[in-house]
Amino acid sequence: MRERQPKILRGPVPRRKEDDQVVYIDNDSAPRILFSGEDLLLEDLPIGTRVVYPKPPIEGLANPGAAIRYALNHPLDTAPLYAQLMPGMRVTIAVDDISLPLPPMATPDVRQTIIEILLELLDANGVDDVHIVVANSLHRKMTEAEMKRMVGAKIHEAFYPDRYYNHDAEDPDGIVHLGVTDKNEPVNINRRAVESDLVIYVNINLVPMDGGHKSVTVGLCDYDSLRPHHEPETIRASDSYMDPKRSALNTKVERMGALVDKHMNVFHIETALNNRMFAGPTAFLSKNEDEFTEFDRLKFEAMKWSLGKLPAAAKRTLFHAIPAQYQLIACYAGKTEPVHEKILVRCFEQYAVNVRGQADILICGVPYISPYNVNSILNPLLVQVMGLGYFHNMYRGKPVLKKGGVMILTHPCYDEFDHNHHPSYIEFFNRLLPETRDAMKLRHKYEEEFAHNPSYIEMYRRGNAYHGAHPFFMWYWGENGRQHIGKVIVAGAQNAHVPAMLGWERAESLTEAIAMARSFVGPSPEITLMHHPPIVMADME
Amino acid sequence: MGAAAFYDMDGTLVRTNLVHAFAYNARNQQGLWRSVKKTLSTFASVPLFLAADFYNRRLFNDIFFVRYRGESEDRLRYLADELFETTIKPSIYPGAYTLIAKSRELGLRQVLVTGALDITVEPLARHLKIDDYVTNRLEFVDGYATGRLLPPVMAAATKASWIRIYAEKEKLNLSDCYSYSDSMSDLPMLSVVGHPTAVNPDLRLRNTALQHDWPILDLR
Repeated sequence: MRERQPKILRGPVPRRKEDDQVVYIDNDSAPRILFSGEDLLLEDLPIGTRVVYPKPPIEGLANPGAAIRYALNHPLDTAPLYAQLMPGMRVTIAVDDISLPLPPMATPDVRQTIIEILLELLDANGVDDVHIVVANSLHRKMTEAEMKRMVGAKIHEAFYPDRYYNHDAEDPDGIVHLGVTDKNEPVNINRRAVESDLVIYVNINLVPMDGGHKSVTVGLCDYDSLRPHHEPETIRASDSYMDPKRSALNTKVERMGALVDKHMNVFHIETALNNRMFAGPTAFLSKNEDEFTEFDRLKFEAMKWSLGKLPAAAKRTLFHAIPAQYQLIACYAGKTEPVHEKILVRCFEQYAVNVRGQADILICGVPYISPYNVNSILNPLLVQVMGLGYFHNMYRGKPVLKKGGVMILTHPCYDEFDHNHHPSYIEFFNRLLPETRDAMKLRHKYEEEFAHNPSYIEMYRRGNAYHGAHPFFMWYWGENGRQHIGKVIVAGAQNAHVPAMLGWERAESLTEAIAMARSFVGPSPEITLMHHPPIVMADME
Repeated sequence: MGAAAFYDMDGTLVRTNLVHAFAYNARNQQGLWRSVKKTLSTFASVPLFLAADFYNRRLFNDIFFVRYRGESEDRLRYLADELFETTIKPSIYPGAYTLIAKSRELGLRQVLVTGALDITVEPLARHLKIDDYVTNRLEFVDGYATGRLLPPVMAAATKASWIRIYAEKEKLNLSDCYSYSDSMSDLPMLSVVGHPTAVNPDLRLRNTALQHDWPILDLR
């Protein structure tokens, strides 16, 4: 009898579950929930679509205060903090800004917990000359209310505004030039920090790009110090910038950070949070839809219905008012590099999901928030940075999407900008993008003009505006995505001109977008949905 | 081609306005009775000035500068430095200094385009190291003000046309120029350059700036 030949399969390869967080859509799968700005979509995906879910939250530390104290007393590669303190010394506590975590966590923020412990310790050791500086770099300055929320009323009252303030990258007297690296990269850092006997950096590591030398070297620098690495060539050479070992951005920052360490005494405190972004009534948003209870479905329908009735601004306010229920899962202190290494292990433990094989079509729901629009609007440039920047770069090994594949984003792409937070974005979008989308041309022809625009500088310094050069950085952030992806389609964009300006195509619905993508990549594509948020990173085999 | 930054003065770089300068002169008339009379009359006219300015800057100029009729040129000039030191200098917005400094660093020529009087503006321009300025000028006959302004009267569209002519003469590229104002009446001056900015704007200018996606700056 002739031996039966194995069946030759066409189309998608046979499935073997690579990770508990990876699910394949079949005949009886539930429709999937996708964010589309401030709305929630419920979409039936084609059979065979791979859905990658974030890992469930790692259980938070039972006693964060004890963990922080332990880290301060048992630091890596340096003496315990108490042993470094002397009466009369000058100490600066630098702290990550509002771009982390996302959305802002329920109070008390982990930064408040750490700073309270630090201040007790400093006080007990006779250290009075203490300033707290928000390491906002060229991000917008935090408002007083945001600063108060971050550290609590007690610290705010005692330190604000004279000893608790935002870093000012444009203060002519507030920046010190530390030197240049062997690659001619200038390192300019906040004067108060440089002139302190000890800088204590309080970090939150939300994504692996954060932390390490980036904290001081970027958080407390000026425009000239950002230019060497916030540029298109560096981003193109980063594969990806969420994977520090293969990130040219990280290499440059580390080189500059080594120079910082030569001149400054930095005691680094890094923390890792779990991904409990949604909890309580919104916890269902983190769940696999196949495992929804009737109550979950009811809550989803009620939420979707309510959101459908509200105007965009009200929905935005509502979402921004819901804090995340993150919990501390790790805290290390000491020298920057070993601390960061330890924290990265915990970050990847929380975020990385094993994924086998690249996709032809990658679907991502773009939520209402990014690091650059807390309490504000996710404008078109930020939609771009979420898609081509963050979502594309959430991998280790190789991108989830094949070279030349199609990325489908779900977002309304409204043509709205926050005039207080993003004034230079408006000019960038309306004046520069119609002329060119070439990042190199934009950098060489226009970046300095925007960076030195006196109005934008004053709005950054006196108001709450991102620096004039920031929209350029956002465009560069999408550069390796732009080089890799063949086509971007925005499903549900409410206008045609915003996607067109970004170089994208528009589809009325996700179904239409998938049909358009199929006509581009072929009839039997591998489709993957990355079920953000919360954050999920693909460990690509 | 070069570029310049054009600034309105009152309300933009300084908190004071034309009425403050006039009130200072009124308070410092020769003789107590004249000072009291002129101060009270100025104070009583404030609602009229506000209404006229809200309606039209030209109408405001017509009814405001006539109040200078009979003032001696010598005395106005004599009081100008004192007016600057006591009233105008403390009213300069803190952000004005850094804005001008940054602008100068860019190599932009610094130009004041204001409806205030030349005698008031001169000390301020010196203090802020302004390269050029154009102001309104009172007409004097035999050393006394007639209450009329010499043409061109700097207000609204005249400011814009002065900027155009100035740019042509000085070979400036208007697309690279900046202009700063707080008032809706300066919309033409803002519209004529490539980089307009509303500074401490009134409600009408704020709304216009939002519609046109212009930066809105608070120097206070």
